[in-house]
Amino acid sequence: MGFLENLINGVSLGSVYAIIALGYTMVYGIARMLNFAHGDVIMVGGYVSFIIASSMGLNPLFGILAAVVVCTLLGITIEKVAYKPLRQSASLTVLITAIGVSYLLQNLALLIWGANPKVYTSVVAGWPKLMLFDGQLIISAETIVTIVVCAVIMVLMVLFIHKTKMGKAMRAVSEDPGAARLMGINVDSTISTTFAIGSGLAAIAGVLLCSSYPTLMPTTGAMPGIKAFTAAVFGGIGSIPGAVLGGILLGIIEVFAKAYIGTQFSDAIVFAVLIIVLLIKPSGLLGKYVPEKV
Amino acid sequence: MADDREGRFGEPDDFRQEVPEPQTSEDAPVADADLPAADTTPDAPAMGDEALEAEAEAEKARPTRGVVSVFNRSRRGTYRAQSKSGAPKAKAKGSQTKMVALPSDGIVPERDLYATPVLECRHLGIDFGGLHAVEDFNLIVGKTEIAGLIGPNGAGKTTVFNLLTKVYQPTRGTILLDGVDTHGMTPSKVAQAGIARTFQNIRLFSNLTVEENVEIGLHNQVRCGMWSSIFRLPKYWVSEHEFHKQAIELLDIFSMADMANITAGNLPYGAQRRLEIIRALATHPKLLLLDEPAAGMNPVETEDLMANIRKIRDEFQIAIVLIEHDMDLVMNICEGIAVLNYGKIIAKGTPEEIQGNEQVIEAYLGSGAKGA
Amino acid sequence: MAKNFSFSKLWKGPFGTYLIVIVAYVIFQVLASTGNLPSVIIGLLPTICAYIAAAVSLNLVVGISGELSLGHAAFMSVGCYTGVVAATCYSAMFDIPWLVFFLSMFTGAAFAALAGFVVGVPVLRLSGDYLAIVTLAFGEIIKNIMNNLYVGLDASGLHFSLTSTTDLHMTNGKIIINGPQGAVGIEQLSTFFFGFILVMLTLAVVLNLVRSRSGRAIMAVRDNSIAAESVGINTMKYRLMAFVVAAALAGMAGVLYAMNYNAVVPVRFDYNASILILVYVVLGGIGNIRGSIISATVLVVLPEVLRFMSEYRMLIYAIVLIAVMVLPNVPAVKRFLDYLPTKLPFLRKRSEVPGDVVGGAE
Repeated sequence: MGFLENLINGVSLGSVYAIIALGYTMVYGIARMLNFAHGDVIMVGGYVSFIIASSMGLNPLFGILAAVVVCTLLGITIEKVAYKPLRQSASLTVLITAIGVSYLLQNLALLIWGANPKVYTSVVAGWPKLMLFDGQLIISAETIVTIVVCAVIMVLMVLFIHKTKMGKAMRAVSEDPGAARLMGINVDSTISTTFAIGSGLAAIAGVLLCSSYPTLMPTTGAMPGIKAFTAAVFGGIGSIPGAVLGGILLGIIEVFAKAYIGTQFSDAIVFAVLIIVLLIKPSGLLGKYVPEKV
Repeated sequence: MADDREGRFGEPDDFRQEVPEPQTSEDAPVADADLPAADTTPDAPAMGDEALEAEAEAEKARPTRGVVSVFNRSRRGTYRAQSKSGAPKAKAKGSQTKMVALPSDGIVPERDLYATPVLECRHLGIDFGGLHAVEDFNLIVGKTEIAGLIGPNGAGKTTVFNLLTKVYQPTRGTILLDGVDTHGMTPSKVAQAGIARTFQNIRLFSNLTVEENVEIGLHNQVRCGMWSSIFRLPKYWVSEHEFHKQAIELLDIFSMADMANITAGNLPYGAQRRLEIIRALATHPKLLLLDEPAAGMNPVETEDLMANIRKIRDEFQIAIVLIEHDMDLVMNICEGIAVLNYGKIIAKGTPEEIQGNEQVIEAYLGSGAKGA
Repeated sequence: MAKNFSFSKLWKGPFGTYLIVIVAYVIFQVLASTGNLPSVIIGLLPTICAYIAAAVSLNLVVGISGELSLGHAAFMSVGCYTGVVAATCYSAMFDIPWLVFFLSMFTGAAFAALAGFVVGVPVLRLSGDYLAIVTLAFGEIIKNIMNNLYVGLDASGLHFSLTSTTDLHMTNGKIIINGPQGAVGIEQLSTFFFGFILVMLTLAVVLNLVRSRSGRAIMAVRDNSIAAESVGINTMKYRLMAFVVAAALAGMAGVLYAMNYNAVVPVRFDYNASILILVYVVLGGIGNIRGSIISATVLVVLPEVLRFMSEYRMLIYAIVLIAVMVLPNVPAVKRFLDYLPTKLPFLRKRSEVPGDVVGGAE
């Protein structure tokens, strides 16, 4: 039972990472940048939904909606103000700017909501737990909802990328922005849309994360952000199935490491696995190796 | 002539002087002058059906080198050759075996006849996915030859260069650099073994000065370890002086010494190309590969380049292989030319032969076009 | 060999850098001794030196070698903790503070160099963003290990444990490293003078390395690794060289940093710290050693100076960071900045805009 329970919890945690990783991978694939601030957008999503639902006592659904709206707008704004002017700059410049944005979000949150951890009420609080095997295996509603939501999002994303016009535009821009522009694709709005979607997903991830792990602080988003980013790289950056696979695998590895080796070294193990995978397959699990033309 | 040869096998001078004339059709390639006694495997592809048949017979009469004589000594008369056109079957006695020079379509300048060829490619090939980018590439370049590699765009010429310099590892075939097999070498190892190259899109160290670019070329000629550098031991000062001296010498050859302190990225295009060549020469190579050195040059600059290439060969006594599209340059300066199309060699020979070769004209030059 | 000697050339070269540091040291030392510096700054002086050394060493990796390292603080931590352990041992052996300090510093450097080698060999086979993420991963691994490290010294020698202090099985010993509490009871041997020495040493190593055959090779690999290979340079060797030397220097900086405080927790060297050092490097100009010195000094002091606005200072820090990165790329500002050197000739210099070096020719 322990094994199964850990597995399910791992998949659930991994689902959160997967949703976050989707945002990272899409932005990297299309705008060719590492959005370090992505993890902090998650934190903002958590806070907004917290304020709406807990403090204002409204239906949690409003909280989720508000979080998605706010984060989407936030993502678009950040892109327009901080990243767009740097489209032609070296990736290091953009990275540092993203770091600045990350600090900005964390410190704004600190100022607005204070450093004291908030206790987050799960959005599915009160939903029944799932009891299996005569009560030996208890799965919380949060865990199930997280997994289901992740699955739904993945299906929607794949459909979106492959069946819609915007999705096609995104794929085109990720291959060759210049050619895409010549084909009449508005690269700017494509990139903005990418950020919007990524940030919206981050909001959902924030809500799910805080529902399962109810402590909310300005720094809550940072570590999951880093881990989700490594998950995206692990799965092959730029690949949507890769992000999901990487996220879920990472979640499983983390939970198992915590359960069987100990919480102290779980982080080290997670990162060690990443390193090993990248050394064996440098482009990630599902990534493509693009050779350089000499 | 066959009888003349019997019994003379042990006399190298006589053997080499007797170059066998191709007894086959007119369009067989040029006489094979290049047969260093021991190393060549019997593999050079000949053109023309009769030459092929002759080779096949020779092949059958001698299934594996070195095995025949053992056979003949121990099992006289038991070996029978299958011969199509009535050529002599394998005889029992080793002393009665008629040895013939192996036809090969490799050509080298006469002056390089007795030197090991600087480059021998045998059945070189590489696949990218299912695409045979280069297939069955055979080439021999003499020690001080200026050779040309031409062909339409996308024929695989730069790919050949990348194979020679191990940027790509060949899927098939052998590369002998000055007689040494370069199998498994990394690009830096093979560069240290004596191949240098320039690139189609210039690859300079753009943030460093002209002199520093040349000094990097001299990296393996003058040495100084990390610790000596950090602690500024005497070895550092001596080696830096040497670096500077040799770099300026090289730059002087091409009248670029006064540009020594200019950042390489700021040089005009022609100077950048020249710098790339100088940097390649700094590695004291045995073979210099130039990838479209005249790209973007006007006729005057091209003339200069031609003179420079000849000067390089004469002063440094090295071999040069050019990839070029400028037919003036190629026909004027190259001594041997190979033509590549769709990854395969379609013709090899002197400039005159290439200009007259119908396949080449059809594939590349365009009907009615002639070189310089 | 200097053929055309001129003061402006001397000033622009490494001697100018050394001069700036010496002059700055003298000024600050005088100010400190005469009581003209706020005590909080005086206490910070060795820390500033440590971060200068860390920034300069990271610039060796990012600017000279062209690789993005997001785990540099981990090498500081390796140096810090091994140095502290070494210092405890050396102090027990002889009672000469400066000797203990420098021996500890070199011990820390050696271990940091080893860590740099162990990390570098696998990491430097990757490139670009993958390399960056793996350095980040290694940084987190090292932090995680340090968080679980227990080291003690007693009469029978050194004891190590990765689980707890009781597992050290010591009798009446001194606990040097206490897991998540980090190094405790550190003998505070750092002084501003030692810091100055470290900065000069770091500069000497980096500047001497850059202007040498090895340095040219490192920069060649940065500018165009394919071309570097084509002239016979072993690219892995030189990337590793820069990485390991930088790790060693960061290790020394870690020792200096640690011995300026009574206790240092491993969390001090997490990815936030690595990124902070990276920010110093980028703001000072990638590849610009002098710039790293100035930016590290300013940015270490700034949060202290802004302490009166403590609530808002990190916010302002963040805004300034974004502004400095983004504004020069806004077209209107760009036009103004291009116009300026034509009016003020002394602003003309070799292009060293962030990003000039990384992501250049390739």
